[in-house]
Amino acid sequence: MNTEAQTLAQTWDNNKLAMLLFLVSEGTFFLFLIIAYVYYHSISNTGVMAAKVLDPLKAGIYTVFLLSSSLTVWRAEVGLRRGSQRAFRGWLLITIILGAIFLFGQGSEYLHLYGEDVTVSRDIFGTSFFTLTGFHGLHVLLGLVALAVVFALALKGDFAEKQSSAVETVALYWHFVDWIWVVIFSVIYLWTVF
Amino acid sequence: MSDVPFPGTGEVLPLARPKEPVTGLLAWVSSVDHKKIGIMYLLASLVFFGAGGIEALLIRIQLAWPMNTFLSPRTFDQIFTMHGTTMIFLVAVPVLTGIANYLVPLMIGASDVAFPRLNALSLWLLMFGGLLLYFSFIAGGAPAAGWFSYAPLSEKAYSTSPGVDYYSLGLLIAGIGSVIAAINLIVTIIKLRAPGLSVRRLPLFVWMVLVTQILIILALPALNASLVMLLIDRRLNAHFFQAQSGGSAILWQHFFWAFGHPEVYIVVLPAFGMISEVIPVFSRKPIFGYEYVAASTVAIGALGFLVWAHHMFVVGLGHSIDTMFAISSMLIAVPTGVKIFNWIATMWNGSIRLTTAMLFAVAFLIVFTIGGLSGVTLAVFPIDWQVTDTYYLVAHLHYVLFGGTVFGIFAGLYYWFPKMSGRMLSEKLGRWHFWTMLIGFNMTFFVMHFLGLMGMTRRVYTYPNLPGWGLLNMIATIGAVIMGISSLIFLCNIVVSLRQGEVAGDNPWDGWSLEWATTSPPPVHNFDRIPPIRSRRPLWDLAHPENPDWKHEH
Repeated sequence: MNTEAQTLAQTWDNNKLAMLLFLVSEGTFFLFLIIAYVYYHSISNTGVMAAKVLDPLKAGIYTVFLLSSSLTVWRAEVGLRRGSQRAFRGWLLITIILGAIFLFGQGSEYLHLYGEDVTVSRDIFGTSFFTLTGFHGLHVLLGLVALAVVFALALKGDFAEKQSSAVETVALYWHFVDWIWVVIFSVIYLWTVF
Repeated sequence: MSDVPFPGTGEVLPLARPKEPVTGLLAWVSSVDHKKIGIMYLLASLVFFGAGGIEALLIRIQLAWPMNTFLSPRTFDQIFTMHGTTMIFLVAVPVLTGIANYLVPLMIGASDVAFPRLNALSLWLLMFGGLLLYFSFIAGGAPAAGWFSYAPLSEKAYSTSPGVDYYSLGLLIAGIGSVIAAINLIVTIIKLRAPGLSVRRLPLFVWMVLVTQILIILALPALNASLVMLLIDRRLNAHFFQAQSGGSAILWQHFFWAFGHPEVYIVVLPAFGMISEVIPVFSRKPIFGYEYVAASTVAIGALGFLVWAHHMFVVGLGHSIDTMFAISSMLIAVPTGVKIFNWIATMWNGSIRLTTAMLFAVAFLIVFTIGGLSGVTLAVFPIDWQVTDTYYLVAHLHYVLFGGTVFGIFAGLYYWFPKMSGRMLSEKLGRWHFWTMLIGFNMTFFVMHFLGLMGMTRRVYTYPNLPGWGLLNMIATIGAVIMGISSLIFLCNIVVSLRQGEVAGDNPWDGWSLEWATTSPPPVHNFDRIPPIRSRRPLWDLAHPENPDWKHEH
């Protein structure tokens, strides 16, 4: 085996390769929900409703929180690799807080929409909007659980070594959750502006 | 027994020798051994095959003669829906996952799959998904909207019983299990191959399993998304597939077939893989055109994603779209034809041993080709407009899925049963099984071509006494009964052979791939020693040091 193949085999250990394949599958799942949203946008003019009830600025601010958590989880990994448990745990905690802020933002948006009587059963906009953003929110929640487990284990003193397949696998999932949101945010919120 | 190099890592690890203090049923239920899980997959699909088979017989009894009232129309709808759903999702997929689970680690010289516990999870997800689907019978009625549950028929307004909810939930759970199993198998094949087993030396069965699992992780999400949307429609009063409130029933069709057509290859490619192992061994020749068989599999997999709308020619998508999908559908016949010629060329001038496994493989070639040809006619959309949703289509799909997948599976089971159990299946009962199956199959499904061309639509509850219809339907029903008897002979064969079959030994067929290098059945850790792998047929090289394959392969 040449060295390049060896590095490749190391970079993609079993866990991370499995996670990558899972994310390809999850990405396809979201692709279909996104196609559905775009499809109804064009055949049933859901954009009118979206422009009326959505607040792209607020959602944009919460988006910044989520995207910066991709940066912080990367810093946590760097911290671990450099052997600094303090940096590792600190950035991990910040990542969890940023993710939680995003979920809080989504929750308050849902509450506001519910108050305006925009629900999953009201019209096709509500149906496609809540399904797409709801499934994303569910994935953020699961990511937070995974990050919290990693954080708890880190406090207990696991991950003493400089490389951890578990941490890198969870981080990979978290990046996916963040960056699929860029697509969803563009399709739902930016489309109401541009 | 000392340490062996752990495949994939190259490092020497002590052999994991799990203590298995538990015995009996608990040892099976709690097992994470890929062989036990594989066999449990096979047993589960055998049970569901029984259920789906009984449903098929009920359909055929109802249609045996004109104006029959054996079943009520309501029950008939439930029965044909459950027959299709069961056979596709709870028989074809799990039986192939089971065989892959059992064989892939053995064929690549690994001690287990990459994630043994995830493997158990996918098995149990499948089982409980299937049970949930069948629970619908006692929870207010089974789904009755056909196996592809077209909206708006599947919506609450038209399917008031909870059947479609159980359909959606059951398939979601089983489908998540399939995705997990697929991820597991891909990682196993990529990472755990024994030293020397390069991609170009991989047994073709493993090749086709790999392509199939990639199809699964890309296609199943389309089904899962559709099922989730249907559930949200039905349980939360949403509007995805309700045209009157801005939704679209056509979107269900697009989404379902975006999954549904790759699914056809998901259930047929592993059968191709088994045929590619059985034919060379019983022709005593290496496979003809290994690279072409592997590459055409990849081509079929890729093209499989580009043909879904040929299920929707009567929707009215427009001429240019229809033409595109007709062309892409016909294109698939090319790589499939390449395979057929490869298999025939492998047999050409070989010293053929007509064991039961080989009989099924040869029959597969013939009936699958018939199904492929009627498939090409259906890809011509003016013909499709005439015969879609008639028995011509039912004939086509059964020639492909029964004549293809099921015959391939029988060939594989006769071939690998000795490895799994340590005993040979009876060749005498095997011959009875084969001939009754072949005759029954053709009696049932060949006449359906004519019925379809005469205008008999699928899924009709009964039919008037038109000239010829009664006779042809009766022939089909008698054929179905013969297939039922044939399946019982097969079951008998398993039971009898497990008790008093001839002891198989390690390599009863003179096979060449790694699974034959260990005992039958293999020990928990699979291999004590892995022979050196320097070609596609390591066991041939071992037996013929004077003329090894690696001198000829490039």
